[in-house]
Amino acid sequence: MRKNSTKFIILTIIAIVFILLYAFYNIQGGFGYAFPRRLVRVAAMIVTGIAIAYSTIMFQTITRNRILTPSVMGIDSMYEVVQTVIYFVLGSASIFVVNHYLNFGVAIIAMIIFALILYRFLFRADKHPIYLLLLAGMIIGTLLGSLVSFLQVIIDPVEYLSLQTRLFASFNNVKTELLYVSLVILGGCFIYGGRMLRDLDVMSLGRDTAMNLGVNYDKIVLRVLVLSSILIATSTALVGPITFLGLIVSNLAYQYIVTYKHSLLIAGASLISIIALVGGQFLVQHVFHLNTTISVIINFIGGIYFIYLLLKESRAAG
Amino acid sequence: MRLWMLIIATIILSIISLFIGAIDIKPSDLLDWDSDKTQIFLMSRVPRLMAIILAGAGMSIAGLIMQSLSRNKFVSPTTAGTLDAAKLGIVVSMLFFTNVAYFQKIIFSFAFALIGTFLFMKLLDRIKFKDVIFVPLIGIMYGNIISAITTFLGYESDILQNVQSFFMGSFTLVVSGRYELLYVAIPAVILAYIFANKFTVAGMGEDFAKNLGLSYKTVLNLGLILVSIISTTVVLTVGVIPFLGLIVPNIVSIYMGDNLRKTIPHTIGLGIVFLLICDILSRLIVYPYEIPVNVTVAVIGSAIFLVMLFRGKAYAKK
Repeated sequence: MRKNSTKFIILTIIAIVFILLYAFYNIQGGFGYAFPRRLVRVAAMIVTGIAIAYSTIMFQTITRNRILTPSVMGIDSMYEVVQTVIYFVLGSASIFVVNHYLNFGVAIIAMIIFALILYRFLFRADKHPIYLLLLAGMIIGTLLGSLVSFLQVIIDPVEYLSLQTRLFASFNNVKTELLYVSLVILGGCFIYGGRMLRDLDVMSLGRDTAMNLGVNYDKIVLRVLVLSSILIATSTALVGPITFLGLIVSNLAYQYIVTYKHSLLIAGASLISIIALVGGQFLVQHVFHLNTTISVIINFIGGIYFIYLLLKESRAAG
Repeated sequence: MRLWMLIIATIILSIISLFIGAIDIKPSDLLDWDSDKTQIFLMSRVPRLMAIILAGAGMSIAGLIMQSLSRNKFVSPTTAGTLDAAKLGIVVSMLFFTNVAYFQKIIFSFAFALIGTFLFMKLLDRIKFKDVIFVPLIGIMYGNIISAITTFLGYESDILQNVQSFFMGSFTLVVSGRYELLYVAIPAVILAYIFANKFTVAGMGEDFAKNLGLSYKTVLNLGLILVSIISTTVVLTVGVIPFLGLIVPNIVSIYMGDNLRKTIPHTIGLGIVFLLICDILSRLIVYPYEIPVNVTVAVIGSAIFLVMLFRGKAYAKK
């Protein structure tokens, strides 16, 4: 069994190698043209990777399980609903569309409210079994997704075009001005969330024990929900939804880095997530020469992994 | 709810469905046999109504058979990968043949739907933990994985847009000459009715069914073939109609029980009424334009399914 510090060094080296490979491999034509673009993409992947890993691990601690993630529960679909509703009700000339910061703020507030309602409704006193929550989350995701397409069909075609450019985010189409905003947000979340990590360590002992040990449980839960919503909103706005990334990286981190400390878990999951995104994109683009985006592949692998996790859990339970 | 109520509702809704649309047709216009309006009526409105009736009846019966055979209330073409596999089949047929003929699409789609559903049933055999919630959860994930393959193939061969427009479920394109494949659903539904008693017995479990002298394997295979035929014809002519096979049989079984011979007429009736209502709504909301019917069905269907999940847990466990 390797020490955790050795594992971190290995993960960091792999991550750096992939980042360098992605940034410099086979640059043809104008270096001055291609290089800055690649840098923007790599930066977007790093920000997304960290945001998803961070929010997933915190979310899984407060919901006390390792299968639910904010994305699986449909929180990222909420981003699309909010954007569509803004365009539908206010139109593309509205200040809430033109001003990026205001737009982002409204989206985040709506997502936080949605996350709180979901939490109050679904996790109230552990009444519902986990599979029911999962299925409900997926169906809520489907419902929100269909609502979005419903509104998009009846929206004015001109508004729709403008909405489309906002919603079709991907790694190939990163908006630079959004990247700076997300860097600031990510930094803010780290400063704000950093103080809570020790409380989260205690909270993994369970609600009653944690409260006995002097943790203000409900307050931390509220903060985590707010933080995860902000982080998911950031990554969705930047590159669009990647449903299963959080699930894969958090579970790999639990397995690889044996610790209860959230600071280490989050760091490990973030590194794995960067490796998955940058390494995956590198392989897809330069080694296999595919047109596919990395999200499709992550959803494919993630789906299989998800079924594997479910079957494993059910054996333990049954 | 009695059968005659469903029949009256079907007749009233059918008449409404026949007389709404972009061109105003009054019953008196039909007296003139050679007029344009009569032609439109016969070429577009009547085929559309027939397509709705056939698709509504077919999808609900397909769901009913699957629920009976898998002994799980929440298994349906939507939650067992059948529809996704049928889609994959169509995409594969487009890749194999440059000028794919309609007949080849049918064969491929049918074969994939059958194999996909069969594999899912095999997977179910392996799972010891047959929870009513757990099984559809696995099924939805299974469908997502198949869809990821479809998207991947679509991306790689640049037919994604073609594929997406193809599956946008809609009765808009149904005119005479383009929907007749749906009539295949009629013998399938009749066969389902003839074998209804056997499906009911098979639904009591393999050992029990064998004890009663039933050739379990034959009945199971027949059921899966019927489901695949119905799903394929619906997907190929009007696109994917989600949730219909899931919620309609469940609503009927709440007040009618699980004897298939008794419930099949009600299931057909309710399926048709439900789809007619959804289609009429889709046509009226943005009149004279239309919303794709699968979007309307998904919004209403997923909402009903969520209610069933939380309210009907006690009932579903029976």
